[in-house]
Amino acid sequence: MSGLSIQGVTKQFADFKAVDEVSLSVPHGTFVCLLGPSGCGKTTLLRMIAGLEEPTAGAVMLDGDDITSVPTHKRNFGMVFQSLALFPHLSVGDNVSYALRIRGASRQEQKSRAEELLKLVHLPGFADRAVSKLSGGQRQRVAIARALALSPKLFLLDEPMSALDAKLRESMQVELRQLQQRLGITTIVVTHDQREAMTMADLVVVMDRGRIRQAAAPVDIYRKPADAFVADFIGSTNLLPVERDSAGRAAVLGTAIPGLTLPEGASKAFVSIRPEDVQLGPPQPGTIPGTVTFVRDLGGTIETFVEASGTKIVAVTTPRDRGEFAEGNAVGITLPPEACVVVKA
Amino acid sequence: MKREHTRSLTDYAPLVYPGLMLIIFFVVPFSTMIAVSFFQRDPAGFYKTAFVFDNYARFLSLFFGQVLGFSLLLSVLVALCCVTIAFPFTYLLVRQSRAIQTVWLVALLSVLSLSEVIIGFSWSTLLSRTAGISNLLVWLGLIDQPVALLPSFGAVLTGMVYQALPYSILVLYPALVRLDPTLVEAARTLGASPGRAFFNVVVPALRNTLVATIIMVFVFALGSYLLPQILGRPQHWTLSVLITDQAIYQSNMPFAAAMAVFLVLISLALVGLTLLVGRRESAA
Repeated sequence: MSGLSIQGVTKQFADFKAVDEVSLSVPHGTFVCLLGPSGCGKTTLLRMIAGLEEPTAGAVMLDGDDITSVPTHKRNFGMVFQSLALFPHLSVGDNVSYALRIRGASRQEQKSRAEELLKLVHLPGFADRAVSKLSGGQRQRVAIARALALSPKLFLLDEPMSALDAKLRESMQVELRQLQQRLGITTIVVTHDQREAMTMADLVVVMDRGRIRQAAAPVDIYRKPADAFVADFIGSTNLLPVERDSAGRAAVLGTAIPGLTLPEGASKAFVSIRPEDVQLGPPQPGTIPGTVTFVRDLGGTIETFVEASGTKIVAVTTPRDRGEFAEGNAVGITLPPEACVVVKA
Repeated sequence: MKREHTRSLTDYAPLVYPGLMLIIFFVVPFSTMIAVSFFQRDPAGFYKTAFVFDNYARFLSLFFGQVLGFSLLLSVLVALCCVTIAFPFTYLLVRQSRAIQTVWLVALLSVLSLSEVIIGFSWSTLLSRTAGISNLLVWLGLIDQPVALLPSFGAVLTGMVYQALPYSILVLYPALVRLDPTLVEAARTLGASPGRAFFNVVVPALRNTLVATIIMVFVFALGSYLLPQILGRPQHWTLSVLITDQAIYQSNMPFAAAMAVFLVLISLALVGLTLLVGRRESAA
């Protein structure tokens, strides 16, 4: 098959399994984000794709060829490291054209390619500068340009934005996505920032404890989380226990939700609902009764914290359609069934 | 931004102690030596106060010129051998587990506890015909007869490299530990083989440390006066050996002092030259 295919890859370190039988297919031109908390194995997986770690088991295939044992320097994958790893003794231009120097390209060829790449990352005319004289964002761009020097088959980035401040990070995310679209290059980014993943990726791969929990498009990850971990990790969510009541209907906190169905055979599960989907109103039959415990007015959004039968529920509204609720008010909570996702307990 | 300077006597108080030590243990002895180098030898006793250039004039001969040249050459060779062995070794060492690193470092430190005399006589046994490593080579069938590998230039070089190697490794170790390992990985993703990445990235990134190590071993080797006598022939004797000979056996302190001053000046000039060349290269 065409593209990158990871087949049952496992990495066992001395006392723990960093990556546990991971399989993933990445078609050409896709932008993939490996997302998860620290220690979930995402960086180890990326390093195995790059050839910097050898898998304990499983295979990495590229366009149908097994590349598991091909050494890093023969793979032609561009990689951007978390530390950026720019060569301190080389100028910006020499950093960018290092891969061409290794291939024995002429000095002239190196220069023109370096200039071309620096233009691509919006740093024209920087070739003769010292790396130490650059700002964080500029270094980031140099590292990207260097990794793209040989038009690699795969573009790998390990937490590339972690050293940048929040504002710069957001604009670099957009820029990186646009660059990837323009070049059509298969790109894999490791990140622990779900916002970053949502901004850039075609395919978000959520990992936890060495395993893939869900691999899907960003919207699907957000709207249809596969399990409680994914629902909780991506954005904020309300995870509420759902049970089958005496009449066989699915009920949350003792109130039946019409239109919500439990999986066949299961009597207990969780329902995940995003705070912006929770509707608050006056207490009525058919709504879940609760009490407002706190209101956080952030200007752009208002978060209302409600306690219902000992469970905390967060509802987010905009000021325009704000309900007039204050601390201590009794409210009725409505969970629209189309916004509820039933996940395994 | 310029820092404010409020100069009062108490600001310099922390410098008093190191300054005092430097004066007592360096400035005074060294000045004494410079003074003595202009004195006259008194055949009946020690030396008498004078101001003559005889001692320096005597030094400016072909014989002492050759000895000086040999000493410098030997020291440069020892320095280059040490760095050539120590750098790749330390590079690989810092990649091992902590336990392995500790064992190696303890072993290397224990070499430092050996005196020059012990190192000299150990090597003279190891390189001898009767009990040396050539017997091992005979047993392995590589040579027919056990041979004496000393006294020889190779033996002197071996002994001195052995003595200076732990120092080289201990100087290189912290710099290599701090070296970002992703630099090499980055070079490898850009198509450099591990060996190529080592020479393209690791060596240039640590150039200053390498130069510092070479200078340190060079100066260290210049002062060695026992190993050349134990492991070498008289033509392998360094200037330090002759200085010792003049100072202790010939009781000619003024001449020994003059040679020592000359040696210090020459080595200072060489170190200065190395630093100057290094700076010019990094500026280019």
